[in-house]
Amino acid sequence: MNLSNLSNLSVGLSTYLLVGAMLFSLGLYGVFSKRNIIAVLMSIELMLNAVNINFVAFNRFIWNQKVDVHYILNGHVAALFVIVVAAAEVAVGLALVITIYRNRQTTNVDEFNWLKW
Amino acid sequence: MVGTVVFFIFAIMAIAAAWGVVTSKNIVHSALYLVLSFLGIAVLYVLMNADYLAAVQLLIYTGAVAIMIVFAVMLTLRGDVSESNLSNHNWGWGALVATAVFVMIALVTLGNTDWRVLATPWTSGGSAADLSLLLLTQYMVPFEAAAVLLTVALVGAVILAKGVKVSNESK
Repeated sequence: MNLSNLSNLSVGLSTYLLVGAMLFSLGLYGVFSKRNIIAVLMSIELMLNAVNINFVAFNRFIWNQKVDVHYILNGHVAALFVIVVAAAEVAVGLALVITIYRNRQTTNVDEFNWLKW
Repeated sequence: MVGTVVFFIFAIMAIAAAWGVVTSKNIVHSALYLVLSFLGIAVLYVLMNADYLAAVQLLIYTGAVAIMIVFAVMLTLRGDVSESNLSNHNWGWGALVATAVFVMIALVTLGNTDWRVLATPWTSGGSAADLSLLLLTQYMVPFEAAAVLLTVALVGAVILAKGVKVSNESK
């Protein structure tokens, strides 16, 4: 049992996809059910991470070995862009949360109803 | 196999921590569970030979995003912290929809025989040098757009959180 086998995994693609699906479903449940808006943002981060796992897993398992080795990392690049967008989203989202809290003294999404009449 | 054992340890850790994020009643605990979940996902990236993405995951998610969420929790916390993250009255519907989505994805994933593949030996990279070649040739325009997006988002976040002062000239 040597450590060079560490990257030589025997876990299949569908197992990774199931992990991603579980994380996505948990994030979806959090978005629907949590009352605190910061918890909703955390759940969105979980969902984005699940998507990233799927990107990297597809890139790792279904790749064309005939293409030049430097041009097969498309899934990694997509995951990187998802991370960039997630970072921007969490920055703007938390700034909005702080602004709303300053105006309304609440983080409860059920009380964010002043567009409802 | 070492890889399989490591995979299941960290995959279960990531999923259990995600479960903790959405079920914990204390939002500080939720934030800490979120860090644990991100750590497990970073290990999964290492197992999939995505070294650079694992490093980025550790730096951005478990570093920056987690700290920002903890700060936002600190700035907006009021009342009893042990009841800061309750579920609303729609949680039953949320659980139903999330379970339905998971069952649907699982059926598609397990039913599609093209996706039941095992790993072939990985001869390509995954390091920062390999990714940068792709980012600066094939994906150059999206890369620059992402840079503009980050700049605009961070400036916008500062303006939103700090507020804009009326300068003397505009009075």
